[in-house]
Amino acid sequence: MPTFTYMTRCDGCGQCVDICPSDIMHIDPVYRRSYNVEPNFCWECYSCVKACPQHAIDVRGYADFAPLGHSVRVLREEANGTISWKIRYRDGREKLFTFPIRTTPWGSIKPPTDYAAPDAAALDSPLLAHEPAALMVAALPSLPPRPEQG
Amino acid sequence: MGLFSSRKTHVVDTDILVIGGGFGGCGAAYESRYWGRKLKVTLVEKANIERSGAVAHGLSAINCYMGMRWDENQPEDFVRYARGDLMGLVREDLIYDIARHVDGTVHLFEEWGLPIMKNPETGRYLREGKWQVMIHGESYKPIIAEAAQKSASEVHNRIMVTHLLMDATHPNRVAGAVGFNVRDGCFYVFRAKAVIVAAGGASHIFKPRSVGEGMGRTWYAPWSSASAYGLVLRAGAQMIQMENRIVLARFKDGYGPVGAWFLLLKALATNAYGERFEASMLDDMKSLVGKYAETTPLPTCLRNHAVLQELKAGRGPIYMQTQNAIDTREKEEIGWEDFLDMTVGQAVVWASQNIDPKEKPSELITSEPYVMGSHATCSGAWASGPADCAPADYQWGHNRMTTVEGLFGAGDTIGGSAHKFSSGSFTEGRIAGKAAVRYVMALVGNAPQVDDTQIRMLQEEIFKPLANHAIGKHEIVAGSVAPSYISPLHGLQRLEKIMDEYVGGISTQYMTSEPMLKRGLELLTMLREDLDHIGAEGLHQLQRTWELKHRVWTSEAVLRHTLYRQETRWPGYYYRGDFPKLDDAEWHAFTASRYDTKTGEWQMSKLPVHHIIS
Repeated sequence: MPTFTYMTRCDGCGQCVDICPSDIMHIDPVYRRSYNVEPNFCWECYSCVKACPQHAIDVRGYADFAPLGHSVRVLREEANGTISWKIRYRDGREKLFTFPIRTTPWGSIKPPTDYAAPDAAALDSPLLAHEPAALMVAALPSLPPRPEQG
Repeated sequence: MGLFSSRKTHVVDTDILVIGGGFGGCGAAYESRYWGRKLKVTLVEKANIERSGAVAHGLSAINCYMGMRWDENQPEDFVRYARGDLMGLVREDLIYDIARHVDGTVHLFEEWGLPIMKNPETGRYLREGKWQVMIHGESYKPIIAEAAQKSASEVHNRIMVTHLLMDATHPNRVAGAVGFNVRDGCFYVFRAKAVIVAAGGASHIFKPRSVGEGMGRTWYAPWSSASAYGLVLRAGAQMIQMENRIVLARFKDGYGPVGAWFLLLKALATNAYGERFEASMLDDMKSLVGKYAETTPLPTCLRNHAVLQELKAGRGPIYMQTQNAIDTREKEEIGWEDFLDMTVGQAVVWASQNIDPKEKPSELITSEPYVMGSHATCSGAWASGPADCAPADYQWGHNRMTTVEGLFGAGDTIGGSAHKFSSGSFTEGRIAGKAAVRYVMALVGNAPQVDDTQIRMLQEEIFKPLANHAIGKHEIVAGSVAPSYISPLHGLQRLEKIMDEYVGGISTQYMTSEPMLKRGLELLTMLREDLDHIGAEGLHQLQRTWELKHRVWTSEAVLRHTLYRQETRWPGYYYRGDFPKLDDAEWHAFTASRYDTKTGEWQMSKLPVHHIIS
């Protein structure tokens, strides 16, 4: 949309700079606050908006097709495992939505090394980690042996 | 740091190097660690792995899940579906291999905390369509990144990888990669025994429909800079199906997804007069592609073709009749979440244009073309297949190894294997990760050697755009117009214009021909020469410069493959005006290319398509 930063809310912490997948949130050298250096390479992914602890970043729809007067605000709460959206239309209508984002605590994923090391022989099989159990079927499917192809 | 001061060089030695921290790369890191407990696994990413790659934004569905545990589908069924959608030309062994493993991946995602919607009646995953399951996927990428971060020995964020390194002692063997840190400008040398390229496909090689700020709202991420191909083809890997670009029929301008609306909410697409139009075009389609027009479901390209015909006849705009599809709050939430999880920009379009999908329909349009290997398209590297099901001539090494020794791929990188999407790309990363471990373990005492001269030459080349600008700017008073350099954005816009006008973009309604392609190649060749004269004002523009180079190298492959295939295989993706029909007698084959890094020449050939599933 590009994103923009409100002057009075940004404290220059740089979380948006750190997360932006497009490397377009930079710190302005004079104001020491973030801004979007390349709006035409912004995907409106909201990664920076969600990451900003001060809620200082917002979005104004792409000028070439989005009329003014709208707003799509977001609150992503990792501890609750939810994300909430407030959508305001150009004509003032509002819509509110909340969706889950994760069912387990952050940081709780078991690394692959927490599982018993596989047999050396299994390295030559087509099985991937945790298979066949993880497939929830008896065996990894395979194709019947084939004659030489023509 | 002064521009001409000596830059710090960081050398990282590793057993396995994974380039790109999207779904393919995260899968590769997880599986490499599982099998290679003592190996060093290094993941390098140009952004921040927590929000990088095509899924940075989030996703609202997993588009590749068999449901074997409920006997919903079998891998063979998926191969038939993908083959039908791609008009017969896919690597069935690779698709089968992903399909048979993908359920395990999705079950792992659920265990990690990804909320997958359930059907309240059956308790099974809620199906969007035959192959898709609905998720609450706003945090899909951070969840998967957490697993990858716990798997890799080291994750290097903000490193733009520019080139692969080749072994000095052994021709056609990879030895690592080089790049630079976009934050501090340090030069990075990764010396590796095996390399898995899991970088992104290509947005922004064809001119997008949006022209101003909105050029960022391409359907595929603007940071998908064709590095998947730019890296491997310049290492001499054989590429296939690079002409097989994809065009998407999506909500206009926002490019919001349509899958849930069509498949789950059962919304209909009509012309401006409320009429359905696909069925009436079947005879026209048959005249172009013969029996392939009878494929069920109708292939993606042919559905585009129908939209295009309707628009050309002046019966547009085409509309998705959303207002008839969301009669309950639950359905309304599904419709909105579909966007808010993965394409917030579409919600912005609706809010800004006062479109409430409960009340009025929304426009659909066909997008500019993209080149990728993971969606309803399959450009990419020619890869060795799985030992237990690939035909003999599809096997020359470990699974997912390219024609360069030790160079593996996953996701957008690997060609011939359509419909991977997020879960399939992660699965392919796992397959490649395990195979790379096997490869590295067998290498004992025979590690690749890196030649210092090669590294110094690359270092000079990588940072040259900074010098071009630093010197060239003194010729002018101020501004962006200089006689001796152009900016990376200038170069990108020239590329997009060439590809658009000569290689089948939106301005010709996806039409091209031999004379158009040959003229396009002349202009593209001059652009390739001009790449030596890009001026980068700082490290951000240096990243953009290297993204542009990957895009240009990839575009040349796209153009040459398009020229080589003398038929129109996928009407709706692109048309060859000089060969307007599908020609199975001559072209039931993969197009293949190999770029010779020494001579700069391209060798084109055909590779056979084997049907191993009836």
